[in-house]
Amino acid sequence: MAFASGYFKTTYESDLSLVETRSRWVCLVALIVGLTVLPILASAFVLDLANQVLLALIGSIALMLLTGYAGQISLGHAGLIAAGAFTTAILYKELGAPIWITFPASALTGAVLGFTFGLPSLRLKGLYLALSTLALHFIVAYAGAEYETQRGFATGVIVDPPSLGPITIQDPRLWYYVLCFLDILLVIFALNLVRSRMGRAWMAIRDRDVAAEALGIKLSFYKLSAFMISSVLTSIAGCLFAYYRGFVSVEAFSLLMTIQYVAMVIIGGLGSILGAILGAIFVVLLPYIIESVVKVFHVSTRLTTYMFSINHVMFGLIMIVFLVLEPSGLVGIWIRIRNYFILWPFKHKTLGDR
Amino acid sequence: MQHVVNLVVLSSLYCLICCGYVLIYRSSRILNLAHGEFMALGGYFIFTVSMGIVSKPIPSFLVACVFSLGLGFFVYFFLMKFMAGESIFAAVLATIALGILLRGLTTLIWTSQLWYPLQYLGLENASHQLIGDAMISTFGIMKVLSAVLLCACLFFFLKFTKWGLRMRAVGENPLLASQRGIALHKYYALSWGIGAFGVGIAGMIQACDSGLDPGMFVIGLKAFPVVLVGGLDSLKGVIPGALIVAAAEIFAINYISPQASEVAPFAVLLLMLLIRPWGLFGTKEELERV
Repeated sequence: MAFASGYFKTTYESDLSLVETRSRWVCLVALIVGLTVLPILASAFVLDLANQVLLALIGSIALMLLTGYAGQISLGHAGLIAAGAFTTAILYKELGAPIWITFPASALTGAVLGFTFGLPSLRLKGLYLALSTLALHFIVAYAGAEYETQRGFATGVIVDPPSLGPITIQDPRLWYYVLCFLDILLVIFALNLVRSRMGRAWMAIRDRDVAAEALGIKLSFYKLSAFMISSVLTSIAGCLFAYYRGFVSVEAFSLLMTIQYVAMVIIGGLGSILGAILGAIFVVLLPYIIESVVKVFHVSTRLTTYMFSINHVMFGLIMIVFLVLEPSGLVGIWIRIRNYFILWPFKHKTLGDR
Repeated sequence: MQHVVNLVVLSSLYCLICCGYVLIYRSSRILNLAHGEFMALGGYFIFTVSMGIVSKPIPSFLVACVFSLGLGFFVYFFLMKFMAGESIFAAVLATIALGILLRGLTTLIWTSQLWYPLQYLGLENASHQLIGDAMISTFGIMKVLSAVLLCACLFFFLKFTKWGLRMRAVGENPLLASQRGIALHKYYALSWGIGAFGVGIAGMIQACDSGLDPGMFVIGLKAFPVVLVGGLDSLKGVIPGALIVAAAEIFAINYISPQASEVAPFAVLLLMLLIRPWGLFGTKEELERV
């Protein structure tokens, strides 16, 4: 667990602490300083990218809890984000509700949807959640489209920036700090959740559900709780998405979005919160990286019209490469590199990684 | 009357799509989430063949069928084979990745324009009058005929041939099957090949009937409700499943709104999951209830 060998836990406090060694404290402080300084130095474009990463991170951690820890595949992630975004948009448009109403309302929508669509799948083993969440995606998309056409917002619903008391969150820098704060809260919540009874139960179910049941874990309760927690967090991400973009339309929440989130957890590394973070960064930045590579090599301008499909192909390829060659994802690569330097010049493997 | 004809045509399309799907699931226990993309690729194969290789209808259909079959083998040997030792969970995620990869490739190669392969084949999609005032298009008839043919062939293949018997054995218990000297990879690959072949035919006929664009994969996604209603591991459940889902869709088009027809199959899926999750003809023990 430690950065160097020879580190032993001698008290209960040290066993419970999230940050274990002094070197980790140094890294954490450096990270926080970096996060605080970033918007002051960054250009508007970089700041927008950072905000996109922070937004995606909420959904990615939510999916990581469900897929990476509880071992359930969800294909309704875009549907749940859409549900949160549409709850926000509808409440705002119809009632003029402020953010402190729309935010919990979105979470509630997520909980209700998570409960209803989790119910059929929990009676069964296997991949039934994938099928019922696919249904969820289409039903939410239909409801959203129906609302748009009925109310005459053919292109989409416009949502004004939210205000908390006297402050209106519109400036990208302010957005950055708000999202950063929420993300840090979420990461701490998720890290604590996965080492609590619930998180351990999820992992037991993921690894072998028969054995988990024999140990006295209520499968139906823990599966449903995983799906509900995940869908609440995802809907909250949808609410923030609506406010950040200022615009909600069904077209934005396609199946591709779902696949992007699945890509985040696979590429990052299943079963690790750090993986969700790395995956979110990688997947959000990938299209921009591809674009800049294309620009650097001056590939014919004709190619830029195909950017969209090139992104598809790259996503698919990278996901396949990770699934076949490196199932533990970016986190696995990071841990291998780290261990190499910790143990250098010796070559034996460490026992417990991560 | 027209509704009945539409129902039969639509359900035969679903039949074509789902036979292969069930076959893949039965033999390898993998939900193929790239099935819709296989269908779109079938359509693009007939388009390319008719434009570039042979423009006579029957040979070009045959060549495109061979391509579809090849696609299935290719996917198995270059992707799914590597997922053999992994969990089913990882294999299903791999099919998601494959789907997005194929979708990107199709738009990269054929662009997202709407194509009509029919004009290169030199055929016409005439409509015919049936009893009463019901109309059916030529390719509507084709859909029904090929669905019946495919179902009959698959039934005969699985029931009476040696390969079919072995494929069933592989699906039932791969460990015992391989101990009796059945080459697992061969039969897995065969099921993927036949799966891609069936859905490829569906894609070809659909492309001839109503044009071809990358959005076609959405039709393939409706395979999930159909197979789930019929029972994931049951080939004979495909026909009633297809009829029920097609009926729900046509009902929604006519009495609710065209938009609702997109979700009707998924509403049926959800209902089925709640009431009878193993489907009409699926085996209950198969599911291992929690």
